[in-house]
Amino acid sequence: MGEHTVASFDEELGSIDQLIRDMGALSATMVADATRALLSSDNPLAQRVISDDAIMDAKQRELDEQAITLIARRQPMAQDLRAVVSAIRMASDLERIGDLAKNIAKRVGAVGQSATPKPLAHSIDSMASLVHDQVKNVVAFYAERRSEELPALRADDEKIDIKYTAIFRELLTYMMEDPRNITACTHLLFCAKNLERIGDHVTNIAENAYYVMTGRQLPMSRPRVDETAVSDAAG
Amino acid sequence: MNMLTEASIEQKLSPMKNEPRIKMRGDKVTVHYGEKQALFGVDLQIPEHQVTALIGPSGCGKSTFLRCLNRMNDTIDGCRVGGKVTLDQEDVYDPKIDVVELRARVGMVFQKPNPFPKSIYENIAYGPRIHGLTKSKAEMDEVVEKSLRKAAIWDEVKDRLSESGTGLSGGQQQRLCIARAIAVSPEVILMDEPCSALDPIATAKVEELIDELRQNYTIVIVTHSMQQAARVSQRTAMFHIGYLVEEGPTDKMFTNPDDKRTQDYITGRFG
Repeated sequence: MGEHTVASFDEELGSIDQLIRDMGALSATMVADATRALLSSDNPLAQRVISDDAIMDAKQRELDEQAITLIARRQPMAQDLRAVVSAIRMASDLERIGDLAKNIAKRVGAVGQSATPKPLAHSIDSMASLVHDQVKNVVAFYAERRSEELPALRADDEKIDIKYTAIFRELLTYMMEDPRNITACTHLLFCAKNLERIGDHVTNIAENAYYVMTGRQLPMSRPRVDETAVSDAAG
Repeated sequence: MNMLTEASIEQKLSPMKNEPRIKMRGDKVTVHYGEKQALFGVDLQIPEHQVTALIGPSGCGKSTFLRCLNRMNDTIDGCRVGGKVTLDQEDVYDPKIDVVELRARVGMVFQKPNPFPKSIYENIAYGPRIHGLTKSKAEMDEVVEKSLRKAAIWDEVKDRLSESGTGLSGGQQQRLCIARAIAVSPEVILMDEPCSALDPIATAKVEELIDELRQNYTIVIVTHSMQQAARVSQRTAMFHIGYLVEEGPTDKMFTNPDDKRTQDYITGRFG
């Protein structure tokens, strides 16, 4: 895309784009660190995730401010308008990813007391690495403007949902086996739920990134698998 | 379980839209000013009761095209118009057409307000009088009041109808000119940058007026303000060096235009 007649307009758009990339990179780090801290009971690392979240919040406020100023000053049109509006939305999803990662980090202490059973740790680890890849990829596809990759990435969220369902069942089994597991397992269940929610935010980001690049919306429906819903949980 | 398919959701979100009737149509319209060609085969349909905005950089042919619609180009020496322009399927360049009557049916409002140096009343009454539209003073009074009301300026001038039209503010003068165009009961109103000489408040009033007038008239507006085109029009046509580049629903043109030149122009990337 060519440059604007008014060069400072390009600078302002570039600055907003850079903030999205920064927030994206930070969110990927936070997700990776939070799960690593959880699985290795690494309290200092968990603390870092918690303090990173403050940086994430500050960046989002910065982006909001820049985006609103740009709209007021430039009245952007077409792809510029899409870029600014979607940046606001993507920033809010990235900020939520930060919150969820922080929430996982906060549980590290509570889970740490009791050792996580090996097979379960493995399940959570593999779910977390799926989620981490999704976060990393969506940010990379946005940064490299690879819109053609986004529909598949969004569809891949289903794999996370399937993992989540499996972990949910596994955790139930441990809790039934020994009630002393309940505290730790409940915390782990929240962690798994947080990871699943992060996956959902990634799909939102993918949809917004696709819209920025193409001007078209991805189809509304996406296959959903959540077998933990009412009937199963009750059964 | 009630399954909503994507198609049925789409249908719920956008109720069936009636295709509007085409009021005017340009068919391979070309214009030459002497040796210089200003328009190259423009095909454009003007739907009834909608506002069509013509946009594009200076010299792109948008005003030239606008002036073809009521044969204002006839008044320019050395101007030749080719192709076909129709109003309700009638060729407006047919030699049998009465140009004065055509311009009553297709009225025009110009960039700079140009009231006659006469009273406010006479500014409005002039058109209906020469077209013989009224039979009595009472009937003329009614036409004047109705036109001024429709142009949303009645309340501001009703107590000083005998004062000169040139004594009004710029925004009032422009609305007076719109009232004057309305007075002869046109079907189409052409506006050539009607707000470029007005302040933001007067501009807002004229834009509000354009939206109201759309109920009864078909409007074609040339504007240099992208935001104005986005605000007032339902359809937008983008011109560039004498060609129609792209035409479509305004919502789409300003969020996701197809043509690179339209994108560059509306986002401010044109040299």
